[in-house]
Amino acid sequence: MLCDICHKKQASIHVTEIINGEVKELHICDTCARAKGMIKSSKNFGLADFLAGLTDFGIAPKDAGELEDFDLKCPACGLSFEDFKRIGRLGCAECYDAFEKGLAPLLRKIHGSNRHAGNMPKEANKDSKTAEEAGSIDELEEKLEVAIKNEEFEEAARLRDIIRGKKKKKI
Amino acid sequence: MRLNDLLNQTSEWLKATGTESEIVMSSRVRFARNIKGLAFSHWADEKQKKEILTKTKQALLKNKYLNNSLFLVMDELNDLDKQFLVERHLISRELTADGGCKAVDVSEKELFSIMINEEDHLRLQVMRSGLELKESLRLLDKLDSELRRNFDYACNSKWGYLTACPTNVGTGMRASVMIHLPALVMTKRIGKVLESIGRINLAVRGLYGEGTEASGNFFQISNQITLGHSEQELVDDIDRVIKQVVEYEKGARELLLKNSRHQLEDEIWRAYGILTNARIVSSLEAIGLLSAIRLGVNLSIINKVDIKSINELFITTQPAHLQKIEGKDLNPQERDLKRGDLLRDKLK
Ligand SMILES: [Zn+2]
Ligand SMILES: [Zn+2]
Repeated sequence: MLCDICHKKQASIHVTEIINGEVKELHICDTCARAKGMIKSSKNFGLADFLAGLTDFGIAPKDAGELEDFDLKCPACGLSFEDFKRIGRLGCAECYDAFEKGLAPLLRKIHGSNRHAGNMPKEANKDSKTAEEAGSIDELEEKLEVAIKNEEFEEAARLRDIIRGKKKKKI
Repeated sequence: MRLNDLLNQTSEWLKATGTESEIVMSSRVRFARNIKGLAFSHWADEKQKKEILTKTKQALLKNKYLNNSLFLVMDELNDLDKQFLVERHLISRELTADGGCKAVDVSEKELFSIMINEEDHLRLQVMRSGLELKESLRLLDKLDSELRRNFDYACNSKWGYLTACPTNVGTGMRASVMIHLPALVMTKRIGKVLESIGRINLAVRGLYGEGTEASGNFFQISNQITLGHSEQELVDDIDRVIKQVVEYEKGARELLLKNSRHQLEDEIWRAYGILTNARIVSSLEAIGLLSAIRLGVNLSIINKVDIKSINELFITTQPAHLQKIEGKDLNPQERDLKRGDLLRDKLK
C-alpha cells in the first residue's frame, strides 16, 4: 500500500479511526510520518498523544457548522448561536436552555438520543421534578408539540405521560 | 508530594496487576464537570477562571481521596515538566497551553488526576491496570460524590451534566481501554475486528504498522456517545466488547504459535537483540520493538524481563521522561542515544 501523502513509498504506519461504523484510514510511510511530525511533534496527533489517550474527549462535533441558523444569544454568557457553530462549544450551562431549539436535533444526531439516562446529583433531580410538575398542562403540551416536531420521540412519550398523569389528577 | 517524586515511582496502571493485563494495558474513566453559575472555562474571562481555580482547589485539598496529592498550577511549570505529565497520561495536551489558570491535582499513586480549567471546569480521571472499567467507574463515582458536597454542578434532568462540548453532555463520561493486539495485526485480522467494534457506538483509535516497522499495535476503544444511556450501561458495553476482542487476540496468538512459531520467535528475538544492543534508538523504533518483546514475554518466549518493566519502558523512553531522568535538556540525537542506553540497561 502506498503512502497517502507522497504516493511514492510503501506505507508503514496506519492510523485508523472508526466512529459509528465510518472508517477513516490514513496510510503513511515512515519518512512522511517523521516529516509531518506524527512521531514526535507536540502539535500534531502523534504516538505520545495516542498513548496518552488524548483523543477520547471533547472532539468538536463536525456537524455543528452545518446547523440551521438561529438568531439566538445566551443571556447569561453572551455566546451567540453563530459562535457555537464556529467553535463547536457552548459558553455556559444556560446556553443549553437558550439554544434548545438548535441543540436538540444536534444532540440526537450525535448521541442517537436526547434524553439523559445516567446518574444525577440528588438535589438536581428534585429540582427538575418539581419544576416540571409545577408547569401547567398548556406549557407541557406546547413542549410536547416541539418534541414531536423535532422527532424527539422518547421525550415526547415522557411528556405525554406527565400530561396524562396531570389530567387524571384533575379529574 | 513533589513533581520529581513521580520519576521514582511506577504509575499504578503500568503494574500489570489488573484483569487480562497481558492484553489490556489499562482502563480509564473520565468525568467532565462544571460548577453551576460560571461560564465554561474556554469561554470564561480571567476573573472567572481564577474563581474556578480557587473554588475547585479548596474542594480538592480537603477531599479524602486526595490526601498528600500533588497540586500543580500549570503556569508555574516549564515545558519539559508539562510534557512529562502528558507522557504519564496525567494531563491532556490542551492543559499545557499557556494562561487560563489551569491546574492539575494528582493523587499519591497516580490513580486519580483532576484537571482544572481545561475546556470544562473539572475533568476527573481514574486509571487502572487491565480491564477494570467497572471498578474504575466505582472509584471515580466516590471521588465525584465527595467533591460535589462543595458546590452545585451544572446539570438538568433532560440533558444531565452540561459540558462545554455537546459531544460530552449527559453522563459527561468517557470510558476507555487501551489494548495491545499484536497477533491480530500480524495475522491481518485486525481490520475486521476493528470494523465490527466501530459499528456499535464505540470509537476505536489505533496506530499500527507492519513487520519490523510495527508501531506499537495499541488501540484505544472508548464510548462514542454520552447521552441516553447510564454510566453503567456504557461501561458494560465496552467491557463486553473488550472481552470479545481479548478472546480474538488469544485465538490469533494460538494460531501464530501453531502455524508460524519459528517466524514469531525470530521476530521477537530480533526485537530483543536490537534493543539490547543498539546505541541509537528512535522513539518509533523503540515502541515497535517493545511491542514485539511485550508479546514475547506474554507468550513466555522471553523470560528475562517482566511485563511491568516493558510497560514502564513505553513511557520512560518518551522524550520528556528521558530528559527528566537525565536531569537536563537533550536534543533529538542525544535523546536517541540516551534511549538506547536506557533500553539496554532495563532489558538485560
Ligand atoms: Zn510518504
Ligand atoms: Zn451561555
